[in-house]
Amino acid sequence: MKVIRRHPRREIHIEGPMTVRALLEHLDIVPETVLVIRDSDLLTRDQRLEADDTVELRPVISGG
Amino acid sequence: MRCRVCRGSAAIEVKRHNAAFCGQHFIDHVRRQVGRTIHDHAMFGPDERLAVGVSGGKDSLALWDILHHLGYRAEGIYLDLGIGAYSQDSLSRVEAFAEERDLILHSVSLLQHYGFSIPDAAKATRRTPCSACGLSKRYVLNEEATRRGFDVLVMGHNLDDEAATLFSNVLNWNMEYLGRQRPVLPASDGLAKKVKPLIRVAERETAAYAVLAGIDYEVEECPLVGGNTVNRLKEWMAMLEHDSPGVTQHFLGGFFGRASHAFAVDIPDLHPCSKCERPTTGERCAFCRLQERAVT
Ligand code: SF4
Ligand SMILES: [Zn+2]
Ligand SMILES: [Zn+2]
Repeated sequence: MKVIRRHPRREIHIEGPMTVRALLEHLDIVPETVLVIRDSDLLTRDQRLEADDTVELRPVISGG
Repeated sequence: MRCRVCRGSAAIEVKRHNAAFCGQHFIDHVRRQVGRTIHDHAMFGPDERLAVGVSGGKDSLALWDILHHLGYRAEGIYLDLGIGAYSQDSLSRVEAFAEERDLILHSVSLLQHYGFSIPDAAKATRRTPCSACGLSKRYVLNEEATRRGFDVLVMGHNLDDEAATLFSNVLNWNMEYLGRQRPVLPASDGLAKKVKPLIRVAERETAAYAVLAGIDYEVEECPLVGGNTVNRLKEWMAMLEHDSPGVTQHFLGGFFGRASHAFAVDIPDLHPCSKCERPTTGERCAFCRLQERAVT
């Protein structure tokens, strides 16, 4: 699957399918720090990502 | 996961409330939380004129949207910090947001009105840009809110912002800041009344609200954020929250409910700044001193 990360914006490829929870664990991301977005829908951690999905991991912590 | 209200497919889980919500019911939930906060702290009434400090980020735009839906009269104030493309992009998002909802926006440029930008100020003071930035935002938003006759200045600080600030104030035992960290700061001579209705909404929740409510906010981070210590505390607190859901709200809520009265708001002897006439403890206020150094 294609995973879009931010700050700075970049794309990485991960072998799927897997759950959102597994993806975050794999990338060592604390779930409280991101929203997981697929086709402008928010996903909860139990949802399954398919091999051909594009998902955005959008950080929620911001300064200012 | 299923929505607690309608049992439909959930869009977001709120672990500290042991609940999950679909998009619409989450939006309702957040609006209700904010409405309750406004009511519980007697922040303002339906007839008051509100000014919302908006940056183009998720928190302030979500807040403006919520106030609008709760039926309050809120106008936006945007301060252009002069941080290159980031500031321009943020302004265009705020403008688009206001236009779509037919809301009134006032925008002020730090460079045009005060003769310097945040990068100028950082260079002149050789301190982290965020300290000059925070000072400028507080000053200019207060200036605009009082000059334009608003009753209340409404700020978009969320639960995590406030908890991280509290944590930093405790780490340093900064008694003065601890005394002034309140959900409501009453108006005083030259200072607008200031309130923070998002103190019960976590940062991840304001972001989720913005996405679900179709708010096109600035996702890119400010290029000067590197030295922002509050941000690093927030990342660290997110790990604590992950291990013990609810700990952040417990920490902040406990302070507001049980501890903050122990830190009296000592109003020092304030008198008008010799240059701008806004209240200050010194001869010239901190903003005028910053401006003096930053304008080249
Ligand atoms: S990160 Fe720092 S400089 Fe950038 S907007 Fe926030 S406070 Fe200002
Ligand atoms: Zn629902
Ligand atoms: Zn002054």
